Amino acid sequence: MSAPTLPSENSAAAVVSPSGHAIEFDNVSIAFDEKVVLDGISFQLAHGETKAIFGVAGSGKSTLLKLAIGLLRPDSGRIFVLGEEITHMSEQELFELRRRVGIVFQESALFDSLKVYENVAFRLMEEKIPPEEVERRVREALRFVELEQTYDMYPSELSGGMRRRVAIARAIITQPEVLLYDSPTGGLDPVTSNTIVELIVKQRDVYKTSALMVTHRLQDAFTMATHEFDKSSNRMVPLPKGKRGEVPMSFLILRDGKVIFDGDAQQLVNSRDDYIREYVS
Amino acid sequence: MALELELISPIDVAKDVALAVQEYTLLSAQSLANFFRRPLYMGDMLQQADLIGVGSLPIVILTGLSVGALLALNSASSLERFGAVTLIGQLVSLGMVTELGPLITGLMVAGRNASGMASELGSMVVTEQIDAMRALGTDPAKKLITPRVGATAFMLFFLTIIADLLGLIGGYAVAHLLFGVDTQQYWTTIWQTLVFRDVFTGLIKPVLFGFIISTVGCYYGMSTKGGTQGVGRSTTQAVVASSVLILIVDFFVTKLIFAIFGYR
Repeated sequence: MSAPTLPSENSAAAVVSPSGHAIEFDNVSIAFDEKVVLDGISFQLAHGETKAIFGVAGSGKSTLLKLAIGLLRPDSGRIFVLGEEITHMSEQELFELRRRVGIVFQESALFDSLKVYENVAFRLMEEKIPPEEVERRVREALRFVELEQTYDMYPSELSGGMRRRVAIARAIITQPEVLLYDSPTGGLDPVTSNTIVELIVKQRDVYKTSALMVTHRLQDAFTMATHEFDKSSNRMVPLPKGKRGEVPMSFLILRDGKVIFDGDAQQLVNSRDDYIREYVS
Repeated sequence: MALELELISPIDVAKDVALAVQEYTLLSAQSLANFFRRPLYMGDMLQQADLIGVGSLPIVILTGLSVGALLALNSASSLERFGAVTLIGQLVSLGMVTELGPLITGLMVAGRNASGMASELGSMVVTEQIDAMRALGTDPAKKLITPRVGATAFMLFFLTIIADLLGLIGGYAVAHLLFGVDTQQYWTTIWQTLVFRDVFTGLIKPVLFGFIISTVGCYYGMSTKGGTQGVGRSTTQAVVASSVLILIVDFFVTKLIFAIFGYR
């Protein structure tokens, strides 16, 4: 499938933070009702990199994303986003920072009482952007996810895959520096999943957006590690074998609230850890 | 099948109650403080005013008329024994304007709108729409709660005036048609009976009740847990809590006004 052309190409991405990373977790722990979900996890997400996060259900993957955008606060440890420590930020300060971060929720989380264009335009309308520009940018974002025809529809009229793509359009409309995807292909058919993977790869390769992607589907992450977006043909193409290590793609595996693997595809495949080998197989 | 009962410590229950009161107080204070912070979502407030005010009009008209008529009917049967049926207007006006008008309107609107707010916001919580709103850089307290609080307090004030008026009309219908009370006499009695403190009492209450209905509805909605079952639970709790709170506040406000202005 070929992906269409995009919103403005002047991405705000690749702004170097003082810490040198787009996101950094430093010994972060969180528990709910005395159940420890994340136990002293540390990792870094480099600028322009996409990191796929794996783990069994309930291992704290979605919690990790909510911590990264300040929707949850850790019990201990520090979190840096775009060079700013968010651990002790007030909600008001977080609102400012969140303008530079986009998130795609597991179940899309579209506002069901608003039409598709109102959902996608939500952030722009809050920023009092003139209506003509809002409409132009919404149409561009919807064209990017190939759903311009849904402009006037309600989320309830869309399929699961379409809702997920509208959620991506909503997340990217302001061209954020960091994107967080929570199971973007979960529960979707292979064709729709591939469309969404291609959109994420395009965002990574063309706009150099840093991203954390929670997923259960190892094949999606391997596709991202072995493909790049070709601007000339406007589609995702496989990388030659010798160039596969060059894409900014890494893997992180959570187990019992701890990080048991953080590295690239090659290291993952070559891991001697029994749990990881079983996970990969 | 073995029945397992989970014992809950009274200390845990007390802690939960204290936490709920603290969270409710914070939400209420924040909803008020947001009236003085930008942005103020006037469009959302007008939309809520339409939903709450215009939407509640039929039920308020019906209950206002019925309560006024019933009040007249019940008081007339007693007054007739003393040959004082002409005092119906006095009893109906005092009862409706100071007490029953605000109370019945408050309870009706609580049943209709506290549940609506709790279910709407509760659904948004369980489908992560509230999280999405925060992630998009918008404060849900400003966007969702403050407009509901402002609209409910504002509209309940006018709904109560309408209920009071219709209650007086309902009372008049019974007094005139069933007991032959003269039209001019009925309305003159009302005019002469009501003083500033009665009207003040009757109009300060709906503003407080509106605040209670909206903050309780929003609090239960925003603290919803546990999927669709949780939404149902929040909806029920919102109606029960707001109704009980209205009755309690009504008692204390009435007592306070008596303390300030003295008994009639």
